[in-house]
Amino acid sequence: MSHAETDSDHTRRDFLYVATAAAGAVTVGAMVWPLIDQMNPSADVLALASIEVDVGSIEPGTEIKVMWRGKPVFIRRRTEEEIEAARAVALSDLPDQNAENANKPGADAADQNRTLDAAGEWLVMVGVCTHLGCVPLGDGSGEFNGWFCPCHGSHYDIAGRIRKGPAPRNLEVPQAAFLDDTTIRLG
Amino acid sequence: MSGIPQDHYEPKSGFEKWVHSRLPVIALAADFLKFPTPKNLNWMWIWGVVLTVFLMVQIVTGITLVMHYIPSTDAAFASVEHIMRDVNGGWLLRYMHANGASFFFIAVYAHIFRGLYYGSYKEPREITWIIGILIYLAMMATAFMGYVLPWGQMSFWGATVITNLFSAVPLIGDDIVVWLWGGFSVDEPTLTRFFSLHYLLPFVILGLTVVHIWAFHTTGNNNPTGVPVRTNDVATVKKDTVPFHPFYTIKDIYALALFLILFVVFVFFMPNYMGHPDNYIEANPLVTPAHIVPEWYFLPFYAILRAITEDVWLMQIMPFTAKLGGVIAMFGSILVMALAPWLDTSRVRSGRYRPQFKWWFWLLVVDFLLLMWCGSQAPTDTIASISLLGTAYWFGYFLVILPVLGITEKPLPQPKTIEEAFEAEHPKPEAGGKAAATPAE
Amino acid sequence: MMIKRILAPLAVVAATGLAGQALAAGEGGHVTDVDFSFEGPFGTYDSMQLQRGFQVFHQVCASCHGLKYLAFRSLGDSTGPAFPDDQVKAIAALYEVADTGPEALPGDTRPGLPSDKFPANTAAGAPDLSLMAKARAGFHGPYGLGINQFLKGTGGAEYIYSLLTGYTGEEHEAAGSILYGNEVFPGGKISMAQPLWGDDVEYTVHGGGDHEGEEGYHGADYTPPEATIEQEAKDVAAFLMWVAEPKLTERKEAGLRNLIWLVILSVLLYFTNKKVWASVKGDH
Repeated sequence: MSHAETDSDHTRRDFLYVATAAAGAVTVGAMVWPLIDQMNPSADVLALASIEVDVGSIEPGTEIKVMWRGKPVFIRRRTEEEIEAARAVALSDLPDQNAENANKPGADAADQNRTLDAAGEWLVMVGVCTHLGCVPLGDGSGEFNGWFCPCHGSHYDIAGRIRKGPAPRNLEVPQAAFLDDTTIRLG
Repeated sequence: MSGIPQDHYEPKSGFEKWVHSRLPVIALAADFLKFPTPKNLNWMWIWGVVLTVFLMVQIVTGITLVMHYIPSTDAAFASVEHIMRDVNGGWLLRYMHANGASFFFIAVYAHIFRGLYYGSYKEPREITWIIGILIYLAMMATAFMGYVLPWGQMSFWGATVITNLFSAVPLIGDDIVVWLWGGFSVDEPTLTRFFSLHYLLPFVILGLTVVHIWAFHTTGNNNPTGVPVRTNDVATVKKDTVPFHPFYTIKDIYALALFLILFVVFVFFMPNYMGHPDNYIEANPLVTPAHIVPEWYFLPFYAILRAITEDVWLMQIMPFTAKLGGVIAMFGSILVMALAPWLDTSRVRSGRYRPQFKWWFWLLVVDFLLLMWCGSQAPTDTIASISLLGTAYWFGYFLVILPVLGITEKPLPQPKTIEEAFEAEHPKPEAGGKAAATPAE
Repeated sequence: MMIKRILAPLAVVAATGLAGQALAAGEGGHVTDVDFSFEGPFGTYDSMQLQRGFQVFHQVCASCHGLKYLAFRSLGDSTGPAFPDDQVKAIAALYEVADTGPEALPGDTRPGLPSDKFPANTAAGAPDLSLMAKARAGFHGPYGLGINQFLKGTGGAEYIYSLLTGYTGEEHEAAGSILYGNEVFPGGKISMAQPLWGDDVEYTVHGGGDHEGEEGYHGADYTPPEATIEQEAKDVAAFLMWVAEPKLTERKEAGLRNLIWLVILSVLLYFTNKKVWASVKGDH
């Protein structure tokens, strides 16, 4: 028996052990994945991750509240005066300079970057105060005639931007788009 | 802890010494893995590891299922359907859990009959055997309560029938049943307590398993010859044994992989084969299914339960009803099995060297399968008679055959040592013949 | 010897498993074995058949039966009926579901959305059909050994097919209500009047705009089969099997992957085991 043969014998054995151990590790890994994946959102939850909202019956100057992903979403159809008021605000007056708009990542907080349409008529926002998660009051409330959070006194303007109070950021604009003239899809 | 001398773990590095002097956990694991195990174990010695793995599979899949299951009579059935349809891989987890229970029992029956054939219950392993029976009882309780949770028709009616068994207990029977139910029928309180216990008991089984292993690590494993490992010193022990790792870890994992192939065939290609169609109908207390049967692994004992009818002559002279007689027979059939270490009078441990015992043993296996079949059939007179015959043999085996056979039977000669038996099976190549045996290398 | 060693544990298992198979539910008349596309280890659903079956369900069965565990969105599953998204939406809107919105009153309804489930239908006291194909067994025995189910499957879909085509035309009056003679239904009399007669629906299928190019896709040139009673019964039985077991295709595909992998692993383990033991057994 020569040295070379012993070596190749060894190599073959080592390879077999390594291959078996690797295959075993893959097997265990494959068995673990379903245990982890089952905690991800289930199909029925995902089916509600995107909803369609009929906004055909909303008059200018009014808003509706819909539930989406377990949170209230404000959909307001603004009047001409409201749009003007919102656009008249200087960026430098805003504590949060970011649009906080999921449809326009990184944009500044100008009113045009907050609304769903270019004309600025439709404002869609997640109705959760960015301070500690309360639901702000709407319909022109607060010192800036927009929204007001009663929990700790955060005032938002008619574009949903924070103006006064402890909240750090503007009300979040969720992913949304018009499917047709009267239907908005959220998510 | 162990009665078998073995090489013990010695901490080498500074870190190992540091840990060892504070918590000798590496020593515990290392000594456990290197436990001297008889080198002649055959393929019937794989079931312990298979069972341990399946216990883990059941616990892990069970815990994930609980994340989606709702233990309420209004929502249980729908939540199972939610798991099946919407939860990511939920169908896989549920089918694994349901079929895993069946495979757990396949393995446990193989394990039990292995023990019965090779006399693993005999002195000095009585405690191992008794703990094993306790595990088996806990498994049955767990499986029974688990089957109730989906709240299908069989869940509900199975629970009703089985809990009603306790009403046969004299004087306090009805009170026991009401106590079990938490009401006057199987209902919400029953479901929620079954859920609680179904979650608890597997951990009891896990604890008992540790004790079970502890016990046979103290006595050493039995082996197909039944001849004990020579325990004079470490060197002698090594002649009869190999360290558990890597020899039996690899062998058992190999056997496990083969068993898993069969498991996969059931889980993925015929997941409802061992279940019952009626359990896909939501529980309805107003409609009883035409034919109530328990899961297959309960069938032999269900047959024993039903074998005792008013017509049995024994019932004519007994001071209790056939219903109680059936319940006593069912629990008694497991009790006599637990008493096997003291009922078996043979000085020879392994069935391999007991020519007459072999026949009676295999008849017991056939009897078990026959009773299983009887349990699945509609309760006719013929079935009751066959079941009674099967029941009689079951008790006869433990109460009559084991004690008598040990005295009357003339056993075959046994090997003196495990080493001798092993070498007879795997002859060592002659000196110089080693190279000739591997010409291709 | 090697074969014996591998087979020995399997044989034990097979024997136990087979003998343990319980007698299945619903003793009835003879059930015809239909060669469905979803049977066997490689079987998958035929989406065109499921669309036709849905049509039968929608136009005939749905007047009395519900499908309360099935979501409309599932109708778009590529392994199921594979309806295009706009069709799923349109179908959902045909059903009125309970409105549970914040402003709704108890009892309010609204048109369904894809995310909703089919409404329960208890108007006629008819059973829900979501799980019917798994809640019935078409095949039994012989002698309670479960061999037929092992070979042919449980036969839930076959039971549905046979029941729908098993009407004898007789009527029996019992306690003020009429029961209809049926060869397959346990007891021979069923309270459901014969639902299918042939030509109950005009088959139209949707190519599945979102699934173009996928297996089972049919374009505009697809001609549905003639709506005979047998064809309708087969299609609705297949549809109900899908409703009961929507993950069947995923399951079998995963099963095949697992099986192949485990065989590879077993071969590796076989040789590793042999190598490890070689030094002890002396058979180098």
